[in-house]
Amino acid sequence: MTRFLRHRLFWPVAILVALLALNLVFTDNFFRVQMKDGHLYGSLIDIVRFGAPLILVSLGMTLVIATSGIDLSVGSVVAIAGALACLQISDLGDQNSIGGVLGAVGIALALSVVLGVWNGLLVAGIGIQPIIATLILMVAGRGLAQLITDGQITTVNSSPYKLIGGGYWLTLPFSIIIVAVVLALTAFLTRRLALGLLIESVGGNAEASRLSGISARGVLITVYTFCALCAGIAGLMISSNVSSADGNNAGLWIELDAILAVVIGGTSLAGGRFSLGGTVLGALIIQTLTTTIYSIGVPPETTLLFKALVVTIVCLLQSPAFREKVFHRRRRPQAPSPVTEEKVRVSA
Amino acid sequence: MLKRISALILAGATALTMAGCSGGGDGDSSASNGSSGGGDDKIVMGFSQVGAESGWRTANTKSVQESAKEAGIDLKFSDAQQKQENQIKAIRSYIQQKVDVIAFSPVVESGWDTVLKEAQNAKIPVILTDRAVDSKDTSLYKTFLGSDFVEEGKKAGQWLVDQYKDSKDTVNIVELQGTTGSAPANDRKAGFGEIISADPKFKVIASQSGDFTRAKGKEVMEAFLKSNPKIDVLYAHNDDMGLGAIEAIEGAGKVPGKDIKIITVDAVHDGMQALADGKINYIVECSPLLGPQLMDLAKKVVKGEQVPPRVVTEETTFTQEQAKEALPNRKY
Repeated sequence: MTRFLRHRLFWPVAILVALLALNLVFTDNFFRVQMKDGHLYGSLIDIVRFGAPLILVSLGMTLVIATSGIDLSVGSVVAIAGALACLQISDLGDQNSIGGVLGAVGIALALSVVLGVWNGLLVAGIGIQPIIATLILMVAGRGLAQLITDGQITTVNSSPYKLIGGGYWLTLPFSIIIVAVVLALTAFLTRRLALGLLIESVGGNAEASRLSGISARGVLITVYTFCALCAGIAGLMISSNVSSADGNNAGLWIELDAILAVVIGGTSLAGGRFSLGGTVLGALIIQTLTTTIYSIGVPPETTLLFKALVVTIVCLLQSPAFREKVFHRRRRPQAPSPVTEEKVRVSA
Repeated sequence: MLKRISALILAGATALTMAGCSGGGDGDSSASNGSSGGGDDKIVMGFSQVGAESGWRTANTKSVQESAKEAGIDLKFSDAQQKQENQIKAIRSYIQQKVDVIAFSPVVESGWDTVLKEAQNAKIPVILTDRAVDSKDTSLYKTFLGSDFVEEGKKAGQWLVDQYKDSKDTVNIVELQGTTGSAPANDRKAGFGEIISADPKFKVIASQSGDFTRAKGKEVMEAFLKSNPKIDVLYAHNDDMGLGAIEAIEGAGKVPGKDIKIITVDAVHDGMQALADGKINYIVECSPLLGPQLMDLAKKVVKGEQVPPRVVTEETTFTQEQAKEALPNRKY
């Protein structure tokens, strides 16, 4: 029992379960999943479907935060990728041509990668603080997205494009399949290969890593590029889900939600360690919270307050120092050394 | 003097780069030499636009620019890119340029007193377009030209009441509100609520904010469809949220416009198309084409004539048949 309680993912899981239980009480049929038009349909499916872009962005953000950086530009990259893809598709003669859509998707993702490399070069090459370096693209990028769409909402009518964010494959939402693939790939690269260790070591102490022969610069550029690529895919999902690109609003404030998801998932903002599973749980918690608000009918005027309350509780429960204070009588005998959130020092 | 002119040019240049709009270029460069004399009788108007965030706004801009040309008014146009500080800068530069009249659509409601006082001290009349300010001192501006959002809500409610006048069953309504706290969201909700509250059979069973966007409209509607088994009517505060909701309704295996009747506000092109296709049942127009009315008011104000403090834009409503007729001639 205590081992279970002390597992680093215990609290995120507990919170997610609590939120779902709240819906069990307040909303009829919340857990009912049925087949409709040959695909799964229900509130739980909605949560993963609408949560998919946030999970992707948060995955990229996790690796960036693990290097003790931060990427504020993801929201803008979301808007740019969606805008560029929709612009390309709207110029196609036949919007349903698979080749044309693949080309548009390719161009949008290629631009996302370029933007990621730009962030990486600013941070690793020139040495600008990550929060400032990515702020540049956060502010300028939204302007770029508006430039691409001419400030308008670009509507497309393309069924292959629609599949990415709003379609289904093998009864499952296609977006969640993409997320599963990206998650599996990330987990493989970081946990089976040395990349994860390198990222954690750069996040723990970039200088010491460099002295011990790790190319810190290369690692940093890689994670910022990966983060932008994830944001680009998320941008395609968001615009595909509504078959239109909205340069003003697509991905607005998603960077903050992503950072929150990462933190709820137990990754320290100080860098040096990260948890992919925790991040996925964090993103699901945020989306469940949003869906819960709509389902149980929290009035819009109090929505933000309600969210703030839940997030505060979540963060407090996540904090070892807080738990130590509140539960210390029960826990002290078993856990003499609480988990420290200090930076991991990597010694060569 | 030289200092002043160079400062002005600098300000103009900054405003241009920030706005990133190519259209305003010629207007601004002619500003420094043309208007300062004020000898010719051509009226000079400084107009500060919110931004170019939607088709609606672009149509609004075009209408102002075109009708200025027709009315023979020299228009100095600037785009604030949704930022109040840009708009204040633009208004200050118009005051320095000594334009004859300033018109603008405020990005937000509050925080305008100082800059409006500056205009007043410079004896330049101000006209608000499309959006109001919450200033208590109404002498700071001459008139407010724009849509009456409460009236729009009432029109939407009235159509609903007429549609269901022969039925005795309860009508379950869900509402997609605009951005929480914004004037159009508050007023469209209030006007609609006022009309339907006369008959207890109309029930708003769920009402949430969809932030005026398609993505949020879809997401919220998905949740509504799952938590409320029986929805008869959807009232969305703008077309875009309605369009998002249509996708959600179709995804749930229902037919938008038939299984669930849809009322929206705005009448932008995509919305009118959906109305003509039978997916939306009724659209209350919120017309951006207020240019001609604005120019008339500007001429009167400059001459010193009295104008009413509140002028409502000329607007209409559309049924599906009317949409099919109107669609080919729509400007936006």
